[in-house]
Amino acid sequence: MSSKSAIQLLKFFVYNPTLSKKEGEEEKNLMYYYPQDVPLDNKIKDVGLCEALVKFSRTFAADAPCESLHTQKTRQLFLEAEENYWLILVISIPTAQKVKDSQVYIEYHEDDVHDTVYMAVLKQAYQMQAVMARSTRWWQRPAWIHLKIRPESILSQRYLQTCVDRCDVLDVFNGMQFLPLDKNGYLRTQCFLNQTEASFPQVKYTAFLYNESLVWSDCSRVDIRILYKYLTTSLSLLHGSELQAGTCSPRNQARTSPTILGKFITGPPNLADTTNLGKVPRIFVNVDGKKSEECHLVVYRALSASVCLMVEGSYQLNFDFYRLLDQFLGPQLTVLASDIGEQYGKRLSAPATLATSTSYFQHMNLAEKSSLHARQRPHRGPRATRGRQANCRCETDLAMSGDDCELVVKGPGDCWVVARKKSDQRELYYVNQKCSNLIEIAEEVKKLCASHFNNIFFLD
Amino acid sequence: MTFRMEDKGKIESIKFSPDLRVLAVQRSQTTVEFINFIEGMDVMEYSQACKGKSTRILGFNWTGLNEIVFVTDHGLELYQVLPEKRTLKPIKTHNTVVNWLSACLIATYKTYKYGQLYVVVLRHQPRVGGQPNAEVCLYQLHRESPARKTDVLRLEMSGRFAVNVVDSLLVVHHQTSQTSMVFDIRLAKDSDGYVNYHHPVCPPLSIKSFTFQLPIAPTHLPNETTETQCDLYSSNWVVFQPNIVIDAKWGCLWTVQLNLQPMINMFPDKLKLMDFLLQRSDSKMTVLTVCLLALSPGPQQCGLRTISQLYDKLNAIYKDHLDSKSQGAEAVAPSTSQVVVDQSDMYTYVLSRFVDSIDASGNYKFVVAVLIDYIRSLNQNRIHVQHYLYELLINTLVQNGCFYQLHQMMQYHVLSDSKHLACLLLSLESVYPPAHQLALDMLKRLSTANEEIIEVLLSTHQLFSALRFVKTVGQVDQISARKFLEVALSTENNQLFYTVFKFFEQRNLRLRGRPDFPKGEHCESYVKHFESLYGSEALGQPLQT
Repeated sequence: MSSKSAIQLLKFFVYNPTLSKKEGEEEKNLMYYYPQDVPLDNKIKDVGLCEALVKFSRTFAADAPCESLHTQKTRQLFLEAEENYWLILVISIPTAQKVKDSQVYIEYHEDDVHDTVYMAVLKQAYQMQAVMARSTRWWQRPAWIHLKIRPESILSQRYLQTCVDRCDVLDVFNGMQFLPLDKNGYLRTQCFLNQTEASFPQVKYTAFLYNESLVWSDCSRVDIRILYKYLTTSLSLLHGSELQAGTCSPRNQARTSPTILGKFITGPPNLADTTNLGKVPRIFVNVDGKKSEECHLVVYRALSASVCLMVEGSYQLNFDFYRLLDQFLGPQLTVLASDIGEQYGKRLSAPATLATSTSYFQHMNLAEKSSLHARQRPHRGPRATRGRQANCRCETDLAMSGDDCELVVKGPGDCWVVARKKSDQRELYYVNQKCSNLIEIAEEVKKLCASHFNNIFFLD
Repeated sequence: MTFRMEDKGKIESIKFSPDLRVLAVQRSQTTVEFINFIEGMDVMEYSQACKGKSTRILGFNWTGLNEIVFVTDHGLELYQVLPEKRTLKPIKTHNTVVNWLSACLIATYKTYKYGQLYVVVLRHQPRVGGQPNAEVCLYQLHRESPARKTDVLRLEMSGRFAVNVVDSLLVVHHQTSQTSMVFDIRLAKDSDGYVNYHHPVCPPLSIKSFTFQLPIAPTHLPNETTETQCDLYSSNWVVFQPNIVIDAKWGCLWTVQLNLQPMINMFPDKLKLMDFLLQRSDSKMTVLTVCLLALSPGPQQCGLRTISQLYDKLNAIYKDHLDSKSQGAEAVAPSTSQVVVDQSDMYTYVLSRFVDSIDASGNYKFVVAVLIDYIRSLNQNRIHVQHYLYELLINTLVQNGCFYQLHQMMQYHVLSDSKHLACLLLSLESVYPPAHQLALDMLKRLSTANEEIIEVLLSTHQLFSALRFVKTVGQVDQISARKFLEVALSTENNQLFYTVFKFFEQRNLRLRGRPDFPKGEHCESYVKHFESLYGSEALGQPLQT
């Protein structure tokens, strides 16, 4: 089989059909369009087509609007994020060149693109923007104009492209990885954060991350989910080099850390330079609640540990505040981070083999655990991709089924996928490419559950 | 106690041992006689002479139950008294370097708690720069090595002093200023490497004034008395060890006692205060009061960091106590044990009161932080945390709607598993649905709660899950068929009822070779129901053999 082309982000646009009803002013309805170098006529036509599709599909189901449009070469997803505000994502269908009867033709692999996955990507993009923008009704506020001028912001093509490239079943979960930390380490971390909040009353909420794993947060479940996504995608994109340095050798760093190594990720880049306060993003928390609060997001990092402080929005951030924070956080966080690093280093399990992979997701606390793309390898083999494909499909099936159930699927290339669900709360996906028959795979799953999920109630 | 002694000459000094079993009488300058009072007065006296021909005994002091020290013009002689054998055994002789002319030995000080014997010497140093600087020097007596000056108490006053020992504290009374200073040699001090210099633990204070009843005249009846205000620090006072004050004029004997409660306000540093209180006997309630004050909003409230250090102090002692207890009760010498504040004390007198005092509008984050910190401290000292602390924490979190935080704690197994907690979680299901699953997980981990798991599953009509679970734990043969059938019937799901019924028919077949239910299981009504639904031919047939 020849290599497939990747899934490409073709178009992304936002419109509101109610902004202008007059003929000739259709461009006013369009709020954002990527790519920008498309002639205005084409943009307006795209919007018009979408409007038409939405209206047309309403005649069949008034409550459930149109969600996706499948064509041979593209897939189009519709999301009505807020009333009358539509987000449209258009992606390409991967293709492969084939030769049949000595004639070259292009084969479209429609099955490789899963609506659920890309719908999840679209929703996340919206949620993240809602948190990061100046208002929950972000489309109506100046923030939107601001976004229009600076397309490199979060909803940028770069972000979406990365999502489109990488996304799989884990994006549907949109969960968080928790650090496997022992009780004492965890309690120490939490007490440290409690002390921080008590010493700095301006700090409303905190979160603690080690590498890309969450340890503790006192935000609401919805907020931390989005924030986590932001911290692990956008912030690590911005500060990739430091993250790398942190992840590669936690133990080596721990040994040479009698000094204080803390620094601000968002905030003043250099504490000696009092003139540069640095850039601090403003975010909204309690987005789902009745009153959303505006906060400054100050991130401080020592070794691999990051502390995220959500400082009250009305508080004027000043240099003394940063200096005090640094004095308070620096020494304690350095010690804490190196201690966690030692523990974490010991626990680093053997890398998962390509032949098998597991993903576990818990809806209750949004915890996910996966060996699907541990360490984010840049190059993933086609077999792993196939496993992911099957995972996505199982997810769709599981979502439709009711309570406790199990699916065992044999995919192409002798790969087995076992998906299991427990009363809408826990899902497990297991991919194995070694087993030959159903009995063997059942045996494998039993073993896996016994070794990994012994301490939770996860029924056979 | 009344007794009569034979007159054998003028008595210089007479002192009972602390347990009143041995009386020491000094009649000459070279010997001390001893009389046992084990069962009434013993007629036999035994005596001990001091070492050396020219040595004169200046005084003697009981330093322990059976230990006595002679203070001579040449130094100190320490003896062990063996009342049963009616003899004394020399432990140590020490030729002191103290110049008795410039100093006066005032006491020997045995800190029962600190387990060390000291000789206390008061010195009036020449004035330096007009500063009065009398000081009390403590010489530590060792069995092997010579006595060494280890501690100096800085009095920074001059005049007449007297020393009492109260609860291992040195109380120095100063007549001129009518105050007393309290020293604790265990507390933080300045040291020059050889000698530790101490300052009073709190500003000099006066003994609390009091009144006492005095007969109007010796001939009158004793119930006709006048109330007399005590003349504190009067020149008629004679001070005896360890904590006795005698007023020679009135003929009264008092003991000096320490009132801890007012001292709480005299320490600006709560940690120092805690160190001080933990060394005192009977200070538990005071310690708990200090803890509560440190938490409660008000001028005495401490930062989380201090609270955390306070907890660590308490729990380090608690841990030692638990360790020695597990090694056997004998190992704990009561004289060295400190105040132990265990979890139930902390819960009853501090944490639950504190949580109750904070109303709904209060700063719940601080409350949670305080509770978590205590749990952290216990964990760090590897002490098993009792469930009531968890319940307090869970209730606080639930009242403030912090379910996600609770969930994170469960996830890290911060809250140790117990049936209590699992039940509490089950009760939370109505406000936080995932609690149900958390409770099941916890019961599963306990591995002794299979019964409860089945009950929980049945109560939520998860019949299949329950049956599967029963299978995995291998209890199929023990469970009650009636219970399952009853739940299956109540679901009004005929298919489900059929399946469950068949499951038990198969069990019967396997156990007894017949599919019908034995009489003892009381399943007749369910069999009838099954028949009415599917007909009697659907019932299982016995095995053909």
